[in-house]
Amino acid sequence: MLKGKKIIALGDRDGIPAPAIEECVKTAGAEIIFAATECFV
Amino acid sequence: MTTPVVKGAAYVLVHTPDMVMHYGTTCSVEHEVNPNSDFLKKVPEHLRTFEEAVKYAPNQVYIGNMLPNDLHGIEKPWYNNLIDDAKAEGKQGEIVSQDEFYIAMKLSDAFDLVMLEKDFIANTKGKLEIKPYYSEVELKKIGEGYEIADIEEKVSKGAEPLLVKDKLVGCVKAAHERDKNLSAHVMVENIVSKASGVIALKNLIFKNDISADSIEYVIECSEEACGDMNQRGGGNFAKAIAETAGATGATGSDTRGFCAAPAHALVNAAALVKSGVYKSVAIVAGGATAKLGMNGRDHVQKGMPILEDCLGTFAVLVTENDGVSPILRTDIVGRHTVGTGSSPQAVMESIITMPLDKNGLKITDIDKYSVEMQNPEITVPAGAGDVPLANYKMIAALGVKRGDIERTAMQDFIENHGMPGFAPTQGHIPSGIPFVGAAKEMLESGEIDKAMIVGKGSLFLGRMTNLFDGVSIVMERNTGKVEEAGTVSKEEIKGMVAETIKEFAAFLLDGK
Repeated sequence: MLKGKKIIALGDRDGIPAPAIEECVKTAGAEIIFAATECFV
Repeated sequence: MTTPVVKGAAYVLVHTPDMVMHYGTTCSVEHEVNPNSDFLKKVPEHLRTFEEAVKYAPNQVYIGNMLPNDLHGIEKPWYNNLIDDAKAEGKQGEIVSQDEFYIAMKLSDAFDLVMLEKDFIANTKGKLEIKPYYSEVELKKIGEGYEIADIEEKVSKGAEPLLVKDKLVGCVKAAHERDKNLSAHVMVENIVSKASGVIALKNLIFKNDISADSIEYVIECSEEACGDMNQRGGGNFAKAIAETAGATGATGSDTRGFCAAPAHALVNAAALVKSGVYKSVAIVAGGATAKLGMNGRDHVQKGMPILEDCLGTFAVLVTENDGVSPILRTDIVGRHTVGTGSSPQAVMESIITMPLDKNGLKITDIDKYSVEMQNPEITVPAGAGDVPLANYKMIAALGVKRGDIERTAMQDFIENHGMPGFAPTQGHIPSGIPFVGAAKEMLESGEIDKAMIVGKGSLFLGRMTNLFDGVSIVMERNTGKVEEAGTVSKEEIKGMVAETIKEFAAFLLDGK
């Protein structure tokens, strides 16, 4: 589903952080073009 | 070697509705980019009165008049179900009004930067005169004040205004003509942080009947930075706060780590006392103006009061073992290391389960976990969810994975080992530390045996690293046994025996 897609990953400090999302989508063959974790509190 | 204990804790809120509009980043950025927005027009009608802030149940929990679990007995939304007989005076602190606080800012102003109007001082200083912790010498420092025309002139030249119901009553001047780190705006943030920290430290000293000069070291752990253009963040808030609070026997330093800083400070304070470097260490943090009204846009949109209208501040005193106060277990400390990784599971394991495993404890051996205790009534309407609950779910899931609890028992675990969030979203304030005072009360009454204080910090916000951070320490009921000075602990004897056996084994192997 993600193979060949370009991905923008926004992580949540209290949920799933961006580096973790990045690792997951990379293994599914997607390309990360921007990843950042934000703090919403 | 002594065992460090939590001798006292103080929690103070400062109700600052006018600062929401002028110094909170949500409103101040809106002023810059969209000054005529509907949001800004609606803000004043969503600001609470001082009485409403006092009667708000989570605020009563914060200052120690109620325990966190008491919130289960109050119907939500809490802002519609106020506590009629609530008091601004708390068992462990107080709620201070904005006008009183402006004068407290003047008392924390070492460089004559705060100007307050004559009539405002005359009408307000009585509020400080009845407080037991202000001396006559301090009250004299307030002075007579200035003519409003002088203050208006300073504001027209760049000083930052101090307002009460949108009426100018004072200002804060820049401390340098060109230095951005000493600009009027930065000086407001720093004087607010210092002054609110002073009130927390004064409450700690007064309410726990501590001699101010017995405090040997102060660790300040807010999120502000004081310094000039040559050393932004040079410090030292700690010594400045100690000076104004009358802790004449103290020196100190500042510890930073975003929201995790107070938990780091608690570990550091425990270590300094345990090692014997200092007998009495206070940790303190003032409030952050920038975070006032941070989620205000969503609160206004949903027809709620703007609940982020209070500065949060605290102080905790760590001393040598008195045989009564809860012990800080320096041998049960969790830490998120550089190599830990960022997956939620890795984060929680490093902070929660690794220190427990090291000490042969199960997740269920900790009676209460103090995680990030943000009030969900503030965060849920803004889409950030119930942060403490999310943390408890993760701890419970780890417990199931490790076999400490049954999957079907997860909900019970969350209810029994967790608690509702109650702390203001002031960054460093909600993370672990708000429960230290309540934990002390519950440990001393025998209601619980162990509590874990967990601090987590978003280091990536500083754009120096993508890393996250976290640290934890366990508070435990005091057994009543006090170590005699000069005696050797059981752990030290174990260490000596191990060292001797190791040396003997090496001798046998080497045949020397």
